[in-house]
Amino acid sequence: MAKEDRVVGSADEMAKTSWERVNDKVHVWPYLTRLEFMCAIIITIFLVVWSIVIDAPLEEPANPSVTPNPSKAPWYFLGLQELLVYFDPWMAGVVLPTLIIVGLMAIPFIDVNPKGNGYYTFHERRFAIFTFLFGFLVLWVWMVVQGTFLRGPGWNFFMPWEYWDPHKVVALTNVDLPYMLGFRSYWSQAAAGTVMIVLWYATIPAYYIWRRERMKNVGLVRYLIKASLNMTMMGIVAKMVLRIGLNVKYVLVTPWFNI
Amino acid sequence: MPSLKERLNLDQVKRNVLDSQVWRSMFRHGYEDTPRNRVLMVVDNLWLHLHPTKIRRHAIRIRFTWCMGGVTFLLFLYLVVTGVVLMFYYRPVGEYAYADIKYLEFDAPFGMFMRNMHRWAAHAMVIAVWLHMLRVFMTGSYKPPREFNWVIGVLLLTLTLLLSFTGYLLPWDQLAIWAVTVGTNMARATPLLGYEGPFAEMVGVTPRFDARSALLGGTIVGPPTLLRFYVLHCIVVPLIAAILMMVHFWRIRKDGGISGPL
Repeated sequence: MAKEDRVVGSADEMAKTSWERVNDKVHVWPYLTRLEFMCAIIITIFLVVWSIVIDAPLEEPANPSVTPNPSKAPWYFLGLQELLVYFDPWMAGVVLPTLIIVGLMAIPFIDVNPKGNGYYTFHERRFAIFTFLFGFLVLWVWMVVQGTFLRGPGWNFFMPWEYWDPHKVVALTNVDLPYMLGFRSYWSQAAAGTVMIVLWYATIPAYYIWRRERMKNVGLVRYLIKASLNMTMMGIVAKMVLRIGLNVKYVLVTPWFNI
Repeated sequence: MPSLKERLNLDQVKRNVLDSQVWRSMFRHGYEDTPRNRVLMVVDNLWLHLHPTKIRRHAIRIRFTWCMGGVTFLLFLYLVVTGVVLMFYYRPVGEYAYADIKYLEFDAPFGMFMRNMHRWAAHAMVIAVWLHMLRVFMTGSYKPPREFNWVIGVLLLTLTLLLSFTGYLLPWDQLAIWAVTVGTNMARATPLLGYEGPFAEMVGVTPRFDARSALLGGTIVGPPTLLRFYVLHCIVVPLIAAILMMVHFWRIRKDGGISGPL
């Protein structure tokens, strides 16, 4: 194997001392600049050919009195539009997007694992990679794909071979989870919903106490932020399962907001 | 009779040009393949001096970097160039916007091509920025000392989506206003600040004066929205993004260059 072709993280590479690894350098000109130049040419050719072959879409002039069905957000926001099936707009459109951005920014500060800095590895940081890929591939990329190709008129679900029938009727038989569990009065339902939400997040301190030896190098504040973000992400999944599997509308119903 | 070539003596002409005061005032050195010249090529060039003169061997491997940060920046540059061309033809006014797009498509020289380039480069940039984030995560490059540059990167990702979203409205067709209507409807559910959001009645926001109407300049996606999104798309967001990009690139160098096994 040529010297340039050594794989990062290979046994050969890792067998070297730290000093050797950091100081094994090549000139930027020409070794990097020629690559950047090739990359730029390939991207340019690709973009020019694409722009010659496929025209950008342009529909009828804007008309506020004619609403198309389905009305879809730009494709990269369809993951958020998909969340509207499971949550009210204040959650799906405001709170959860904010948490996504804040959560992404928090990653370097809540991941205290010193390993895997600057090379590809899975086994040295299983939890971090699993969590990120789950959020990125399942909750973001897959939702975008589903929102683009499988959501038709009325935001109803259509398989790829099905006709997008604007008159498709889907029975809305959703009920609130507390009602399903037998709570009938308004306030008992609100109390039951609160208890369920509290129980969901109570796993956070419980896990901390159970694994307090392990948590020493994480720290309490860091752990609380990390675990809250994680449980919220898994909470989205839980709500999706409840909605699709059991036709649950809300878990918590209050006079001010519903979750 | 010497031939024309002999009389011209092209080598002498070339030498005269390269040694002239004018040429040497612009280009300080040639292409000799010496270690000193390789270094000068980078440090003497405004566009290349973002780079260090030497780089760790693994960092030039496509399999390590995917080249996606650079591709994102390249696409941004294409968007600036094609965007400026589109601005020559486009007026962000309810009565004109759609007609200007039609003019651009059918009458302006290379208008359709410029619009296509702008649109597809915008979509490609969103994908490139996601792949860049994925690569940086998978190599653990956000770990110390590069935590803050990851934060800047997340802000740039958000700005990329905002740039794409504000630009989505400008063709002023059905696709545009309804996509932006769906997107901005969320703002009226903002807790406290949107009139349909939780606790809105405590703050006293109304459909005309809440988070959504501040964004739209009214209660629906109308001509005031078009102007607002145009200004955001062409001035506000690109400026902020450009500033953050400078910080992003500068921090790569200051945090010890591209990440790698220590």
